[in-house]
Amino acid sequence: MKDAGFILGSYFVTLGAILVFAFVTLRRAKESSQSVDEKDKTWL
Amino acid sequence: MSQVLQRTSATGTRATKVIGALAILVMVWVVVSGLILTPQDVVQGESVRIMYVHVPSAWIAYLAFIFTAVASASWLISKKHSMGFDRFAGASAEVGVMFMAITLITGSLWGRLTWGEFWQWDPRLTTTAFLFVTYVGYLAVRRLEGSAEQRARRSAVVAMLAVLEIPLVHFSVVLWRSLHQGATVLNPNGDVKMDDLMLFTLFSGVVAFTLVFVWLVLHRQRTMLLVDIANRQGLDAAIAARKTEGSVR
Repeated sequence: MKDAGFILGSYFVTLGAILVFAFVTLRRAKESSQSVDEKDKTWL
Repeated sequence: MSQVLQRTSATGTRATKVIGALAILVMVWVVVSGLILTPQDVVQGESVRIMYVHVPSAWIAYLAFIFTAVASASWLISKKHSMGFDRFAGASAEVGVMFMAITLITGSLWGRLTWGEFWQWDPRLTTTAFLFVTYVGYLAVRRLEGSAEQRARRSAVVAMLAVLEIPLVHFSVVLWRSLHQGATVLNPNGDVKMDDLMLFTLFSGVVAFTLVFVWLVLHRQRTMLLVDIANRQGLDAAIAARKTEGSVR
């Protein structure tokens, strides 16, 4: 594939950004969850 | 059941798991089709493959910022001033900023292949960069000192103003002479000149990114609720401790 570096790079950046954001979000959720009662977690 | 969910994710539910699984499936299809199955473009060649991540990320960023504005307006208008609107606005803006960053980076890579340069001070690129910086500013405003209500009011006003930039970005290619190509799919006469598989892959990208958006916003706004509750509990505990201290004296 011509210009593979740029094309694959764009997919790598996209998927990488989403994965990092998702990881950070879940980690923050886990940390914040520890100090809150179960009854306040209305989605459960 | 709730304890099982708690072990896997503090903010996850069955719905988020289904959305997440669907997002992964559709995303895999987009990557395979975008990189392997779809044909080259007659004019742009292989570089058109960047379109399948660049265009959906731009559309979802716009959508996220519009949701932020709608939620902000709902917070301002509603008599109860439900903080759920504010948290949704904040979560949507965060995810929107991420998609806007993806748009700028992938656009820059695509620009290097088609124009020979990573960046041009072109109307579309400049207004998009300005939109990105505006929403980074919005997120900074949300982090200012003050109560949750103050945060909501300030950021709601900023969100209502910032969303006005979106039509400017979208129509910049029409209003000014621009290097950036005009709308192919959302063009005014509705005449889409694109191969069927290319169009299907592009819309699959929109579906995949929408699912990712929903998944991230659900988790992020629930995390924001947890933080707000923890802060309120900390404040209540501090006030109680101070009262006890006063009664002992």
